[in-house]
Amino acid sequence: MTVDKNMNILIVDDYKTMLRIIKNLLKQLGFNNVDEALDGSQALQTFQSKEYGLVISDWNMEPMSGIELLKEVRGGSKNADVPFIMITAESKTENVIAAKQAGVSNYIVKPFNAETLKQKISSVIGDF
Amino acid sequence: MNDPASANGFGRDKVVKIISSVLSKVSEAEEISRESLYKDLKDLQDIIHDARKEISFARPSDIQDKHIPTATDELDLIVKSTEEATSSIMDSCEILEQEADKEGGPSAFVVSEEVTKIYEACSFQDLTGQRVTKVIGSLVTIEEKVSKMIDILGSRLPGMDVPEEEEATGDAALMNGPQAPDKAISQDDIDKLLAEFD
Repeated sequence: MTVDKNMNILIVDDYKTMLRIIKNLLKQLGFNNVDEALDGSQALQTFQSKEYGLVISDWNMEPMSGIELLKEVRGGSKNADVPFIMITAESKTENVIAAKQAGVSNYIVKPFNAETLKQKISSVIGDF
Repeated sequence: MNDPASANGFGRDKVVKIISSVLSKVSEAEEISRESLYKDLKDLQDIIHDARKEISFARPSDIQDKHIPTATDELDLIVKSTEEATSSIMDSCEILEQEADKEGGPSAFVVSEEVTKIYEACSFQDLTGQRVTKVIGSLVTIEEKVSKMIDILGSRLPGMDVPEEEEATGDAALMNGPQAPDKAISQDDIDKLLAEFD
């Protein structure tokens, strides 16, 4: 599988600093087309206006959480099968199971490092 | 923890006994002894007076007026200082990245200046640790005050049940924030768990 590094990536987190960290790490990995959203509802609006190759989302956000966003995306948006990685501090078994049942592609627990992010992205979109 | 009510001889059993005695005397009105009824009611008044005094000594209003505002202010400052520090460190990292790409190599002066800024920004950890200690202190005080009031009210007022907190359900029950290291599962455990679905 050839990875298109020009694909659009949507990152969602209510902490601007975390958005900045993820965006910079993606930039170091060669992905430059990165859009940001501060919660699930903002992400959904952005999602409707553009085609995305990957979504990376936090879980714990208001008013719409990451799991709600995932369910909305999988539940019938135009790009319902987009790879979706959850990056979160929620690290209970029931969270991982709930995310998987909702259709998450991979799950990263905070704090994480650049290598883990790279591995998980590779696992859902292919080696790059 | 000592039971303050029992220690003073004004426990729940005594309250129940006095009330039963008063009711019994009132129901047998023709044989009622005014002095006896007065003594029972006076005992009840003393119990209520002592309970009010002890609750007042616990200064419950301090929780709302002092301890909660202190804790929330400290937590706000922690969020603010960590955000500022992270932002400052990232500013320096971005400058260093740009510097590294410059023709002829990076300027030692710029590198040194930015590294110094990173060191300075990292000092937030010290302040954050102190603020967290203050928050813990406030929470311990609140816990002590609430426990004391529960002891006073719970042991002296018969039949006073504390309602159980409603538990969150659905997606709301899954938003608990960061776990303590001994309760969290690792990235490896998460990977294994996900693999079981494949």
